[in-house]
Amino acid sequence: MSVLELVCPAGTPASLRTAVDAGADAVYAGFNDETNARNFPGLNFNRRELGQSISYAHDHGAKVLVAVNSFARAGAPGPWRHAIDDAARLGADAVIVADIGVAAYTAGAHPDLRLHLSVQASASSPEAIRYYIEAFGVKRVVLPRVLNVPEIAALNAQIDCETEVFVFGGLCVMAEGRCSLSSYITGKSPNMNGVCSPASHVAYDEEDGEMVSRLGGFTINRFGADETAGYPTLCKGRFSSGGKASYVFEDPVSLNAIDVLPDIYKAGVTALKIEGRQRGRAYIRKVVEDFRRAVDALEADAPMPAQDLDHLSEGQAQTAGAYKKIWR
Amino acid sequence: MMTGKNRGKLTLGPVLFNWAPEVWRDFYFRIADEADVDIVYLGETVCLKRMPFIEPHLADVAGRLEAAGKEIVFSTLALVMNVQERKALAAIAGGNDSGGGDYCVEANDIAALGALAGRAHVIGPYVNVYNEDTLAHLARGGARRICLPPELPESAMEPLGKAAKSSDVELEVFAFGRMPLAVSARCYHARSHNLSKDNCQFVCDQDKDGLALKTLDDEDFLAINGIQTMSHSVQNLLPDLRRLDILGISHFRLSPHSCDMVQVAHLFRKVLDGAMDADEASGGLAQSGFGAPFCNGYLHGQAGKDWQKRL
Repeated sequence: MSVLELVCPAGTPASLRTAVDAGADAVYAGFNDETNARNFPGLNFNRRELGQSISYAHDHGAKVLVAVNSFARAGAPGPWRHAIDDAARLGADAVIVADIGVAAYTAGAHPDLRLHLSVQASASSPEAIRYYIEAFGVKRVVLPRVLNVPEIAALNAQIDCETEVFVFGGLCVMAEGRCSLSSYITGKSPNMNGVCSPASHVAYDEEDGEMVSRLGGFTINRFGADETAGYPTLCKGRFSSGGKASYVFEDPVSLNAIDVLPDIYKAGVTALKIEGRQRGRAYIRKVVEDFRRAVDALEADAPMPAQDLDHLSEGQAQTAGAYKKIWR
Repeated sequence: MMTGKNRGKLTLGPVLFNWAPEVWRDFYFRIADEADVDIVYLGETVCLKRMPFIEPHLADVAGRLEAAGKEIVFSTLALVMNVQERKALAAIAGGNDSGGGDYCVEANDIAALGALAGRAHVIGPYVNVYNEDTLAHLARGGARRICLPPELPESAMEPLGKAAKSSDVELEVFAFGRMPLAVSARCYHARSHNLSKDNCQFVCDQDKDGLALKTLDDEDFLAINGIQTMSHSVQNLLPDLRRLDILGISHFRLSPHSCDMVQVAHLFRKVLDGAMDADEASGGLAQSGFGAPFCNGYLHGQAGKDWQKRL
């Protein structure tokens, strides 16, 4: 295990193998149903695939963390409980949960199964994290993308638990797990359905020489001929307030924390997380290899290697997000 | 008449907007004197920077409401991240830095639950309570009432109602007002004025019901309130009150807006008491409101913005 554990996404068995081969210390994955926050068509693992993938990862010295991080439906806890039971049975190294109900079930039914708290639980303070440690024996917390690096350092000094932070990929600008914008216009949300701004509700229309992207019937952006039309993720849209059009919530950028990686390491973080279970194998290979080199350089106390991941980012633009205080 | 054993109670949620301090104070004085609500939630839930404005009036307001027979609950911030926010939380919920009061607290962030453990408290709509296991766990920690997240559909209310009964917990729903949909570390009010959160110049005080956010096609869409994003449409559960009562929802939250909240409370009370039908009351609500359309889609398992007038 390296100085910082590199946790990489996998939406298919092939991309899991790619991530492992590219140098992931751990891979996170989910079942192909509503029990996790990337419930996309054609994505994720059935039980047999996950079992085989866990064997592959273990044979190559990598861990598999299973995300069961949507919120269990009232009256129907079955799918979430089965996901936890099957992750344990298949030999997962940990489960990643967000829902207090799912955490309570896991701690009760599988006390030896390592429990990670998902970013979707939005535990952003020592008090919140201690609550999950004391109530459910959580061993690691994936920190919400709302904290800057000094705040992360201060947090680590006050909790008896590992932390994992996002370093690359899609960027929620809202506190994760506490956003219902998607369901307000589509009826589908990350918490309840494992989807945000779902493709089923997306439309592109050409109007007056402009490409208009819509979600749930609402215009999320209008692109001129000189602009690349991006996916209409609600919080990355262009809207108007006070008569002025702008990217009110966030520009169409994605996170790249490579510049602050040494500071994140010094802040006492245990693991670095790359977003993108919906991404293809070429993307996974490139991003994992680049961050593998960066982590290895950190361990050797060498300068950060150059990266050329710009073309892989949303809108081809990157931000260090909340890690730098100026973001707020 | 309502079919429940006890008559449904009306609660007034905390003021979510940055109103001028004297407007804030006078609003609650009028609520104390005139509004037929049973419980009033007080406190700043959105942004710590606004708290110094209301603090000088808090004791007067609480005293006036209590004298009028209203039950008072102090609400915590919805998003607790930095040292100052944690101190503010400890001052309300108790914990290492303070002994905590003998008053009731509404927890809007999980961070409050450690300090409140074993003490009767309320769980606010910003805490994710989606299922019976979560409800039972929170009840074991001392939760006595839970205001469910606005996103929950009616199909979840029945199992949650049963679980609440067996855990001796009361259930509340967000029945009137612009719905809180998201919180962020970033202040969008400041950002829309090309300002940062740290140097925001308190521009959120310019929008008493939130800053209108429209699509590029000039369609009403959302409302910005500091770090909070809200629905443009106004949640109106008047057509749904009777069914919710049967499912075990006992408390109905009215979220303060600049419209006539005394009249809003009056209309909800009338419908809860079976003294006015929901259609008529919704007509009255439209007249006393501030012009935004109604919605109740979440309850019907649809997009939250949708409006179902049916009964």
